[in-house]
Order: sequence, then structure tokens, then C-alpha cells
Amino acid sequence: MIYPINSYHKTFTILTISLVLIFILNISLGSVFIPFKQTLLALLNENTKNDAWKTIILNYRLPKAITAILVGSGLSISGLLMQTLFRNPLAGPFVLGISSGASLGVAILILGASFIGVNITAFAYTNWGLAIAASLGAFLVLSAVLLAAIKVRNTMSILIIGLMFGSLTAAVISVLAYFSSANQLQQYLFWSFGSLGNLTWHEISTFFVIFLIGLLLVTFIIKPLNSLLLGENYAKSMGVNIKLTRNITLISTSLLTGVITAFSGPIAFIGLAVPHLTKLLFKTSNHKTLIPAVAISGAIIMLICDSIAQLPNSEYTLPINAITSLFGAPIIIWLLIRKRKIY
Amino acid sequence: MENNQKHIIKTDNLSIGYTSKKYINLIASNLNIDLKPGNLVCLLGKNGIGKSTLLRTLTKVQPAIDGDIFINQKNLNEISNSNLSKQLSVVLTEKLPESSLSVFELIALGRQPYTNWVGQLNTKDIKIIETALEETNTKHLMQAKYYQLSDGQLQKVLIARALAQNTDIIILDEPTAHLDIHHTIETFTLLKKLADKYGKTIIISTHEINLALQLADELWLMTPKKFVTGKTNNLIENNQLNNLFSSSLIHFDKEMKQFTISKSN
Repeated sequence: MIYPINSYHKTFTILTISLVLIFILNISLGSVFIPFKQTLLALLNENTKNDAWKTIILNYRLPKAITAILVGSGLSISGLLMQTLFRNPLAGPFVLGISSGASLGVAILILGASFIGVNITAFAYTNWGLAIAASLGAFLVLSAVLLAAIKVRNTMSILIIGLMFGSLTAAVISVLAYFSSANQLQQYLFWSFGSLGNLTWHEISTFFVIFLIGLLLVTFIIKPLNSLLLGENYAKSMGVNIKLTRNITLISTSLLTGVITAFSGPIAFIGLAVPHLTKLLFKTSNHKTLIPAVAISGAIIMLICDSIAQLPNSEYTLPINAITSLFGAPIIIWLLIRKRKIY
Repeated sequence: MENNQKHIIKTDNLSIGYTSKKYINLIASNLNIDLKPGNLVCLLGKNGIGKSTLLRTLTKVQPAIDGDIFINQKNLNEISNSNLSKQLSVVLTEKLPESSLSVFELIALGRQPYTNWVGQLNTKDIKIIETALEETNTKHLMQAKYYQLSDGQLQKVLIARALAQNTDIIILDEPTAHLDIHHTIETFTLLKKLADKYGKTIIISTHEINLALQLADELWLMTPKKFVTGKTNNLIENNQLNNLFSSSLIHFDKEMKQFTISKSN
């Protein structure tokens, strides 16, 4: 019998080659012009004509490109997991208020220190502090939204509840901001613009470890997520432990969204738009295909957004959050207006 | 000896219904079932009498209020979900969530209780899926997306998925609710064939009384007063079907083996 499960080798090969090309292109672009050949030499750790070029590439552009890959793939996987778990095509870390939850965690850490009157600043600025606070915040809001989603089955209601949670956290952050010093406020504001750069290799390794833990958890729910495509009752009848699956999904999305938000700020629309673009390209709902596919697509799109944000050969860098919104929002509007089914 | 064959489903004074914090909504009680394997069973009763509740309770979707359920001589409460998924599969009435699953993928999900942690299909799984496709005559559809199917085709595919799960028992909740008469008869004869050919125990709730009377080996009648089970012909002989609808509008005609409109003289 012909085995009619497409393994998508060709699409995956093309995507992977694109990822590598865009990765190198992203590194070769920036405010300082570096010839393409010199970029490649620096990446291969060979000596370049100008020593500064090598420093720029290895200590600034390369970490930034790696961050872009982690952020893009992590947010896209989170978005995909939420769309399946909530059985809602418009679910995503940003729409459901998860990113706001992570922001709240960070805000409490940076701004809340003075509010409570305790000096935890020393802890606040360590990466672990930020990552833990953001993950906890994300987990808190995600659990609350999920609890509401169990009670309210209606798609629209769940989205509105997510938006309300987003507003609530924004309100709490405003209150915290009101009582904060100018210095802390500036710190928080810059963080909230979103930024892929400024991460040291040490920070990236922290980022990477948490990212891997989140990813590892995801591999355990590929099978139950596929059966959830038929709805909870069918999944249960096929022996799926719904509660466990839901909890693992919750924890892994909180970890991924939390750590990404902690290190790069709240980044909008990637988690919502990339899974849809990927599903259009692959025409499948099988998570075994979709998870690696959204990871690669997310990385590619994040790298493209970052290349645009750099405004090559200029001194300016645009906030990455603005670029992802400019890219993501029209795509979602287009998907909805097209009136074709979206999953 | 009467009981030379062991029962596959047995209940002891089962009570079904819904519990909330404040009160218990008892739907039916004193349900006693003693079912042998290899039978096609039709569960009959008027709307709202509790057919779905009974099926949901038997499939462990909701807990029993009182009494015990035994599947293959084991108490349902002691059977884990993963173990139960190898003994009992379901076809539900609920609408499937939107996705772009293909027919093959949908049927292949039925193999989940047996596959490894990422759901890898081996040659044995493929062979079982192939048999399910052939038995339900859906092989030509396997590449299609499930949302492209007609209601009749989708129902066959959902039965194929249950077949792929390779369980002794298949429980279907109103499998022919949205089907025309052609597809309804096709579905019933398919289920009858599966019960006869593979010795599967198949339980369906249905309003197709005439078809049930012709094809079912056993009937479960849910009436407001009592719950009656038995061989189809015995129940007809004992005039049990007349109790199904406590209405002066229709009555059961024993000779014609169907319900007819009562003539008001």
C-alpha cells in the first residue's frame, strides 16, 4: 500500500536552505558596511581585513541572529500549541495575554522593587531573575485564561477574555509605573520596545538552555496534540491523559514565551501569524510535521523582520516589535478577509 | 448451562445522571445489562430519555451515580483510560474541530493506543488501517481532507477510525442522525457485518426503529418506567416495544413489526 503521509522532504530542504541564506544575509547587514566575503571569513573565525569587523560580527551580529532564531521559532511553536489547545485559530501568546503576563512579571521585578520598598534590584538585573519573573507571569495569565476557556467554550469569548487579561495586566503595570523612579521607568520602557540585540554570549546560553527545556517538553505532547485535533472526547477515548497534556502544554508555552519575553521584550504577532502561514504552505495539521515546520518558518520570518529593523547602512534601528506588528497584523486581516477556512 | 459465554458488558443496578455541587440530576436508575460479545445492539428511546447519558457513562466520559459497570469482567473504575482505549472505541455525534487532517491521518489516529511516544506507524499499524479502509469502503478517499467529505462518507471514515483502534467494543451515538435513508441503511448493514464477521460488540443509539428491528441482535429499550434488554424477537413477542412511546398517537404493530399511527375510532 502506498503510504499517503507526506514527509515533506522537499519543502523542508528548501526552508532549511532559505534559513541558512537569510541567516548569513542578516549577519552581513547592519549599520556598519562589511563586505559579504569578509562576513563569511569572520563567521569561519578567519582573520578579516579590519579587526573591528570581526568583533562586530562575532560579538554583536551573530548573537543577535541566534536570538532572532530562538525568538522566532519559540514564539511560533507557542502559538501553534495554543491554537490546538484552545481549538481556536486566533489563539497566540500575544492575543491571549500571555506576553502581557510575562511583561507583568518583568514589570513587577523592575518597577515593583520600589513599590514594595525592598531592594531586589541586584537580583532583578540578572538574567535568571528576568526569565523566572517573565515565565511565572506568563504561566499565571495562561492558567487563568485556560481556566476561563474550560468554562467558556465559545471562541469569541475566549479571545475577549484574553484581551481583558491583557488590559488588566497593562493596568497593573501602569499603577506600578506611576510609583516608579524615572530610572526604573526608562529601563522598563526600553525593555518593552523589544530588542534582539544586546545579549552577551553568556545570556544567550541561559536563553538557549531554557528554550531547550521548553522544546523537550513539546516533544512529549506531539502525539496527544494530534488526537486533540478530533476534540477532547475522542482524545480521551484513545487513552490520552487530557489533564497531563494540558499541563505540559501550559508549562512549555510559559517557559518559551516567558524566556523570550524576558530577553527580547514582548514581541507581537509572530506566534499568531507564523503557524497560519506554515499551515498554508504545508496543508497539514499533523504536529509531527508542523512543529519543526513552524520553528524553521518562525526563525526565517524573525530574521527577515530583524534585517528590516536594522535599516541596513543607516545609524538607526527600529523597535523590532513595530516591524513584527507591521508584518503580522496585515497577514491576519488578509487571512480573515479571504473568508477561507483557517485552522 | 446458560452462561457458557462470558459477558462483555455488564451493569449492576446502574444509575446514571449528572451531579453538581448542589444537587444530583438522576436520569435513569436500575439499569441492568448483561451483554455477550458479537452482538449488534440498538439502544432505543425517545428524545431526552437518557440514551446519550447511558453511552457516556458506559464509555467512562462521565461517572455513574450509583452501581457498577463491568467491561470484560473488570470494573470500569479500575480500568485505566489507556487500557480502556484498547477495549472500547467510540463514534461521537459532536462536530469535529476544524483542522486539515486527511482521511488517512484521521483513521491512523485510531492506532494511537498502540503506537510509540511520537505516534510512529509500523507495518502492522498500516495493515490494520488498510483493513479498516477496505471494510468501510473508503480507500478511494484516503488522500482527501476530512472536511471535503459528505456526511455519509465522514460517518464511514469515523467508523473506520474506530475499527483501526481494534477494540472488542464499538459504541456509536446516533451515527445516522444526519444521513439520508441510503446512507443510513449502508451504515447499519456495515455495522451488522462488523459484528458478524469480526465478533465485535457494537452498541448504537438510534431513532431508526424499523432498521433496528430488522438488523439488531439485541435491543435496549429505555422507557420512562423501566429499562428492558433482550433479543429483538423476544421483545417483539412480549409486546415490550409498545412501552417505548407512552403516546396514544402511535402503537407497535406486532405483525408488521413496525410502529403505526393509531386510528382513532
